[in-house]
Amino acid sequence: MEYAVEINNLSKEYETGFLRKKRVRALDDLTLNVRPEQIFGFLGGNGAGKTTTIKTLMRLQFPTAGSARILGSDISDVKMHRRIGYCPENPYFYDYLTAREVMSYFGELFGYDRATTQRKTEELLTAVGLDEKDWKKQLRKYSKGMLQRVGLAQSLINDPEVVFLDEPMSGLDPVGRREIRELIAGLREKGVTVFMSTHILSDIEALCDEVAILRGGKLTASGNLSELLSASEGVRSLEINVEGVAADAIRDEIDFIAGAEIMAKPNGATIQVADEADIDAVLQITRKAGGHLASVHPVKQSLEDLFVRTS
Amino acid sequence: MPNDGSGFLPRILAIARNAFREAVRDRILYNLIVFVLLITVSAIFLGELTAGQESRVIVNLGLSATLIFGAFISIFVGVSLVWKEIEKKTVYSIFSKAVGRGEFIVGKYLGLCATLGVNLTVMALGVTLALLYVGGSGLIGGVWAAALLIFFELTIITGVAIMFSSFSTPALSALLTFFVFLIGHFSASLLDLASTVGSNSAVAFFTVVYYLLPNLSLFSFITETANGMLPPGSMIAGAAAYAVCYDIVLLTITVLIFSRRNFK
Repeated sequence: MEYAVEINNLSKEYETGFLRKKRVRALDDLTLNVRPEQIFGFLGGNGAGKTTTIKTLMRLQFPTAGSARILGSDISDVKMHRRIGYCPENPYFYDYLTAREVMSYFGELFGYDRATTQRKTEELLTAVGLDEKDWKKQLRKYSKGMLQRVGLAQSLINDPEVVFLDEPMSGLDPVGRREIRELIAGLREKGVTVFMSTHILSDIEALCDEVAILRGGKLTASGNLSELLSASEGVRSLEINVEGVAADAIRDEIDFIAGAEIMAKPNGATIQVADEADIDAVLQITRKAGGHLASVHPVKQSLEDLFVRTS
Repeated sequence: MPNDGSGFLPRILAIARNAFREAVRDRILYNLIVFVLLITVSAIFLGELTAGQESRVIVNLGLSATLIFGAFISIFVGVSLVWKEIEKKTVYSIFSKAVGRGEFIVGKYLGLCATLGVNLTVMALGVTLALLYVGGSGLIGGVWAAALLIFFELTIITGVAIMFSSFSTPALSALLTFFVFLIGHFSASLLDLASTVGSNSAVAFFTVVYYLLPNLSLFSFITETANGMLPPGSMIAGAAAYAVCYDIVLLTITVLIFSRRNFK
């Protein structure tokens, strides 16, 4: 099996309005492949179609056109869903149940016996960092972060081969985010494919092997994260930090250098140039004005830049 | 890895157990039971006012209250059973797993039927205790048989409520189910009505409605029970068969509708 998830020309339209019905295209001809045993980042602004895609894969919605396969089986194959896990955005559970009861219920749905469910419940609730004293509390007393942890734990109860996480870091504090990031990285080590949508770009940069960026339901970029970032070498620039001189004192001369930009900073200035050959010219201008070089470093395109440009 | 998942029954039972647990943890159900018990107690005092008729009054009032409160539970819990899961988005975690939509509907339905069964048992027990208190133990057998018939009727009401709620709002579903409950008790009159009206189209209409809506008078045996009669075994067997067939049709329609739903 070459791909863990294959999405082919997937489209989803909704009808809105009561009398004047209008069709809104939430997903437009999306084609995407996810290789097994990697963490795949699914990015996009609000309303880009990320959750619609995941819901369609989870057979919560039916596609208007196109098809998708997970682990080689069509998404409509109920049996295939025994091999995958899903943590929805803002997990919704039965608030009259305790975390233990939720896990037991889902364990029963997978046909586990009581002892197995209990063992898995304890392992997973510990792994997601949920305090043992909270296991017997009804979920209506849980904070958003605690619910998120239960959501993650239940998505792993069947030892899934592919797990879909919709905004898994939502509601977590920095310590919690770090713990869950380590948990997700650990899943990859165990050979699990993780399909993760998130707004938190630093998590994507820290975790993901490949990414896809959606905009208005359409795919705008996809591929290996480092390749995508280095593919924009043309926009790469150099940042020169100088000290002992005010930005205004050298601005006129810097403006003569093609593509150069200057920004004031305390006790100096930051100059961005597009070409390495321009460093000498900047240094000459700085020294002439009584300043000196503090540092020079290349400015790599960040995921944020890529995200802003493509979404 | 989980087992091969070939058996749908454990999943249906797990969903049913959870639906039952939800109903039990819902305080409204407790209140209803307490309320029915209170009615039974008040029946005893009413019985004292109607000298010599205590047992009849207790059976009439107790079983009528059992039917009405059971119908209320069927209608109001039934219409919100599936709707609540969609509104609270708890279905997301269920359907992403290997659970068929049909399994979910049947599981929820059975869970509510189990709840109704427990409720009816408590209510019938209340009537039994009241009868023992006034020395009317001769009517107890009839009370339990009539309660069983009420249970069959309520399984149909629950099925109707779930069917309406699969495509409509809870308020409208409750209203429609209530109409079915009401008309269902007088459906035999529909045929009489059809025979009295002149036009062929009216006759056809009332005949179709008669066959389409459940004939709930098949389950009525309250007055007869109060008069010391026991429902014949053939009546109970016929009522059970009718309820099972009707329930299967209702659940099939519900599953067909529910299987096409998108969850936004």
